[in-house]
Amino acid sequence: MSRTKITFRVFRCRAGEPGSERYEESTLPVEEATTVLDVLERLSRKDRTLMFRHSCHHGSCGTCACRINGRERLACLTRVLDLDSRVVTIEPLNKLGRIGDLVVDPADFFREYPSHWQTLRPSEANPKATPPQELSAYTRLENCIECGACVSACPVEEFLGPAVLAGLNRERLNRQDLELAAGKRGVSKCQRALECSRVCPTAVYPARHIQELRRKLNKSS
Amino acid sequence: MRNPGIPPMMLAMSTPQVIVIGGGGTGAAMAYDLALRGLGVTLLERGELTSGTTGRHHGQLHCGARYAVQDREIGRECMEESAILRRIASDSIEFNYGLFVALNAEDEQYAGTFIPACEACAIPTRLLTSKLALAMEPRLNPKLRLAVQVPDGSMDAWRLALQFFASARAQGADIRNFSEVIGLNLVDSGQAGEGRRVTGVTVRDIRSGGEYELAADLVINASGAWSRRVVGMAGVDIPVSPSPGTMVAVKGRLTNMVISRLHPPGDGDIIVPQRNLSIIGSTQWLAEDPDSIGVPAEDVKNLLESAAEMVPAFRDAPLHAAWAAARPLVGEAGGDAGLRSLSRDFSLIDHQSDGVERFLSIIGGKATTLRGMARITADRACAQLGIEAACRTAEKPLLPARSFYKTAGERSA
Repeated sequence: MSRTKITFRVFRCRAGEPGSERYEESTLPVEEATTVLDVLERLSRKDRTLMFRHSCHHGSCGTCACRINGRERLACLTRVLDLDSRVVTIEPLNKLGRIGDLVVDPADFFREYPSHWQTLRPSEANPKATPPQELSAYTRLENCIECGACVSACPVEEFLGPAVLAGLNRERLNRQDLELAAGKRGVSKCQRALECSRVCPTAVYPARHIQELRRKLNKSS
Repeated sequence: MRNPGIPPMMLAMSTPQVIVIGGGGTGAAMAYDLALRGLGVTLLERGELTSGTTGRHHGQLHCGARYAVQDREIGRECMEESAILRRIASDSIEFNYGLFVALNAEDEQYAGTFIPACEACAIPTRLLTSKLALAMEPRLNPKLRLAVQVPDGSMDAWRLALQFFASARAQGADIRNFSEVIGLNLVDSGQAGEGRRVTGVTVRDIRSGGEYELAADLVINASGAWSRRVVGMAGVDIPVSPSPGTMVAVKGRLTNMVISRLHPPGDGDIIVPQRNLSIIGSTQWLAEDPDSIGVPAEDVKNLLESAAEMVPAFRDAPLHAAWAAARPLVGEAGGDAGLRSLSRDFSLIDHQSDGVERFLSIIGGKATTLRGMARITADRACAQLGIEAACRTAEKPLLPARSFYKTAGERSA
């Protein structure tokens, strides 16, 4: 198998230590199937202090989102050679509090989420299929894996953010939800930059949800 | 608790402290169980929670049918535990049932062994004609001869564990990620002979680079495939080897139900759908180091081929990801002969037998039976600490996964 040498520039920092930010360079051989997460794991075997988040390794947990060559991606699904770049820069997500190196604070992302929101929804796979008699319908987990990529990519500040607004659009809107969506930090803030839909690794297309939500609000007002 | 003569304040002050090493599914369920029983719990994980084996598992909620023929007790335990998880962690489970599919005469014949074995494990089955099975799952191989419906499901490994972590934290457990145990602290137990007792651990805070000691009345190793390294810090050796398995996900949800081949368990015979993916697994080999597990290229090819036998659409579905998870395989010397049922699937080791007191290891098992493993281990921990407190983890639903970050303490990440 062919091995290509790639230089990785990994952002390093320590929380609460201004000036600790730096880029650490390493050059490693990679193969066709090597992912950015594979590279981070390899680097951490040499340096146990490298902080990064990961869990499922197949784009289902959402923990490994970071900025790779300036764009929000899941490290586990990004094959190094697909980036078509001799130098690969890996940085933490924007907008969320920094805990160390590539790790941001998920609490900043989840702060806006009502915790009662449903994670299950009807499955659209094989729509003509008959579910077993014990079930009224097949269900599956929501597409959004709450990785934070859309929040990081969105240019708008002081904003509920694409993930939460997409979630609001999926929920059956109660009065509290409507107030949240129509509020100062709600849909009116969206500048239609569409970055959220561009970076979403699970094709949630938050921008489309925000557009739908806007229509619903106009109708109800 | 015992000691009725001691005033309540004294009791509070003397709440026994337990340290759990390892932030996988087992550690998560362990921390929740112990915290619910009123113990002081600190869980230490060197990286992000579930960054070891748990997060990478296949994602199957096993009703036990896969094991029913080989091992009734494991089949029965899976049925009981999967029903409990459906009740307490429904937010993390796609419960759409499963089909065991017969593709040839041999498979068809195996149904005669399989169905009575499931019945003996109290696993409900329904025998389906190929026509009915294809109505439920149109992408199954049209050549299928029959299918057996069982109550399998899919789960989100990360969110199921987070539900346990969130609930543990709400009960007062201190969950510390990016906190690596670098030493076990021991003293001579004072008994005649060379016995020693664990008094706590030394931790490296990856965040700050600093090190600190943490005292405990009991330490539980739940580090799975990394166990040899952890117990080695107490000068103990246990025969645990990382035994990785490969999984391959393709894009697109080809089925809603879990699809298994109706034959004795083997490689690549289970398809687990999850979200908008379909995942085929698994294989098994032995590795030296749980930190460097690669994916054998031939595994990917073989897995996709056997998946396509059951669901031909696998052949054309775009590849999404291939990864491997390091299951811990416990050699024969491990384990506790006094334990029943689950013990054949997991090992609870009391290191008293290695001359180290107040130190337990819980290794192996299945994601589906994490709660049951924690119950048995917490029973043993309580017995050692002289506490009488029953397991309550089956009683009420766990908090939603997102709650973990809403009740976040200073240390959450």
